Amino acid sequence: MIRLEPRKQHSEAMIYLTPVLALVLTMITGMIIFAFLGKDPLVALYTYFVLPLSTTYGLTELVVKATPLVMIGIGLAMGFRANVWNIGAEGQFTMGALAGGGLALAFHDSENALLLPTMIVFGALGGMAWAAIPAWLKTRFNANEILTSLMLTYVALLFLSYLVHGPWRDPAGYNFPESRIFPDAGTMPTLVEGSRMHFGAILALLAVVGGWLILAKALIGFQLRVVGVAPVAARYVGFKEKRLIWFVLLLGGGLAGVAGVSEVSGPIGQLIPTISPGYGFTAIIVAFLGRLHPVGVLFAGLVMALTYLGGETAQIEIGLPAAVAGIFQGIILFFLLACDVLNLYRIRIGWRVRHGGAA
Amino acid sequence: MDIFVQIVLTVITASTPLLFAASGELITEKSGVLNLGVEGMMLIGAITGFAVAISTGSATLAIFAAAIAGAAAAFIFGFLTLSLLANQVATGLALTIFGVGISALVGAAFVGVALEPLPKLAIPGISTLPVIGPIVFGQDIMVYGSFVLIAAIYWFLKHSHWGLVVRAVGESHDSAHALGYPVIAIRYMATIFGGAMCGLGGAYLSLAYTPMWAENMTAGRGWIALALVVFATWRPGRLLLGAYMFGGITILQLHAQGAGINVPSQFMSMLPYLATILVLVLISRDKVRIRLNAPNCIGQAFRPAH
Repeated sequence: MIRLEPRKQHSEAMIYLTPVLALVLTMITGMIIFAFLGKDPLVALYTYFVLPLSTTYGLTELVVKATPLVMIGIGLAMGFRANVWNIGAEGQFTMGALAGGGLALAFHDSENALLLPTMIVFGALGGMAWAAIPAWLKTRFNANEILTSLMLTYVALLFLSYLVHGPWRDPAGYNFPESRIFPDAGTMPTLVEGSRMHFGAILALLAVVGGWLILAKALIGFQLRVVGVAPVAARYVGFKEKRLIWFVLLLGGGLAGVAGVSEVSGPIGQLIPTISPGYGFTAIIVAFLGRLHPVGVLFAGLVMALTYLGGETAQIEIGLPAAVAGIFQGIILFFLLACDVLNLYRIRIGWRVRHGGAA
Repeated sequence: MDIFVQIVLTVITASTPLLFAASGELITEKSGVLNLGVEGMMLIGAITGFAVAISTGSATLAIFAAAIAGAAAAFIFGFLTLSLLANQVATGLALTIFGVGISALVGAAFVGVALEPLPKLAIPGISTLPVIGPIVFGQDIMVYGSFVLIAAIYWFLKHSHWGLVVRAVGESHDSAHALGYPVIAIRYMATIFGGAMCGLGGAYLSLAYTPMWAENMTAGRGWIALALVVFATWRPGRLLLGAYMFGGITILQLHAQGAGINVPSQFMSMLPYLATILVLVLISRDKVRIRLNAPNCIGQAFRPAH
């Protein structure tokens, strides 16, 4: 008989240990999956999680993939803290990419150094505008933001598809559904010669610092934490709930938008029908794995980036299907949520012992 | 007349997966559990049904296997949220992400494989009657099944003892517990039933709607099903209405192009998603109505005090 016994105080140590425990359990499950797929589990595990990190190029690619995950994850973590479930970051990412990328296409022969900074601002505004819709629908009409933000993701992806198949298609591109290549002035500078690691990584680090400052130092960060932990108390002391909803959705949308424009002006360099391998959804896991804390999100972003990178490496090296990455991501979150029970409860095995007994 | 029959037939096939998934989620939510993994469970059902149909050649087995796979996925969700008290929203999202991944992995071997669609009922002399024949007497087994399901759910919730218990558990788990009902066990069953129905909804896509497998072939239908439950204010009759309304919007695109309406296909494809937002807004703006109809304990973990 397994039963849960509430801890008097939730365990500090467990908060940091559970993500590690979840990762270990994921690895073990991963080995079982590898074995089922007919691969040597140890070789597969090595190829998946170690080999990609053994070269400088691999490390820079890890950063390339972690950049959007961290940026989006920071914004989502803030929202999740306040019980605002923005799961449409993929759409906000896309609209950011379209707003910033559209600017690059409009000035495709520009050499103005201000182009890139303006694109980033446009990206942020594009993402914010897309996130403002669920915020408005939530605060004005009480519509569930989970569903509205997700529906808007499908709309945004279709809109991107329309633009690259239609008006924004490269006139000299032999009818391929791709835009022009962005001009140099609208391209993220790379940080390491010969790699794709770009300036967006700096922006992601700034987002970490900014997120930490908001949570630790700003009044609104304090309010976010209170609303999440004690919504009734928050209402009682008069926190403006609607303002918080707007704040976290605009913040999350803005960061996702910057991530989107960084991606298209960085590693991609143009608009194409698929600009994200699901970063907006994976960032949800990043936020949880990072314990909804900006610094945690940074580490979690690197871990989840490795699931993408390892997936690619394992596909090339030992022919594992690319979809394995998605399974890993789902399983990590499952295990994390399962292990979280340890924060609040002790697991007791055996029959109940009455209080005052030898418990 | 032919075009009318054609439209009705496509509306029915487009609505059936939504009806299955939303009916299942309705029962789950009525017991106080919010499972956002509908999309993932549908995908798992879709690939399981398709894989079993291809490898055994039996549509019956395929349908059963899809229901079992959906139920198994829901069991994982149930274990995490009901036994380990994990956050239901987060766990549901995890289930969807997991479902997308595992269905893509299993499905990789089945991309491009063609399947005979589910056979339609064919009663000599009757199924060929004009209009009524193909619409009423010419459907496949799952379409009839979806109507039986919604009628059964209506009866179960409204007129059966255990339906009342499920509702009680969803309205006030503490009271239900005090009355001696096994809250957790009932929620497990409602969750697993919901998963099985989502599996069937997914299977309908891969066995009948478009008899093939494609990654992410549900294309958000699981989320639309979730919205339908809210739209229906947790009532089976309105759920039927909603599912058919959305089925209609989904196929608008096919027929608009046929009718020569010159709007880029992407904009037509946006319609179901935009319509979902619209109906959510229309229903949700009446806070009182939502509060009166939504199961009171939805999304809340239950841990018996003793």
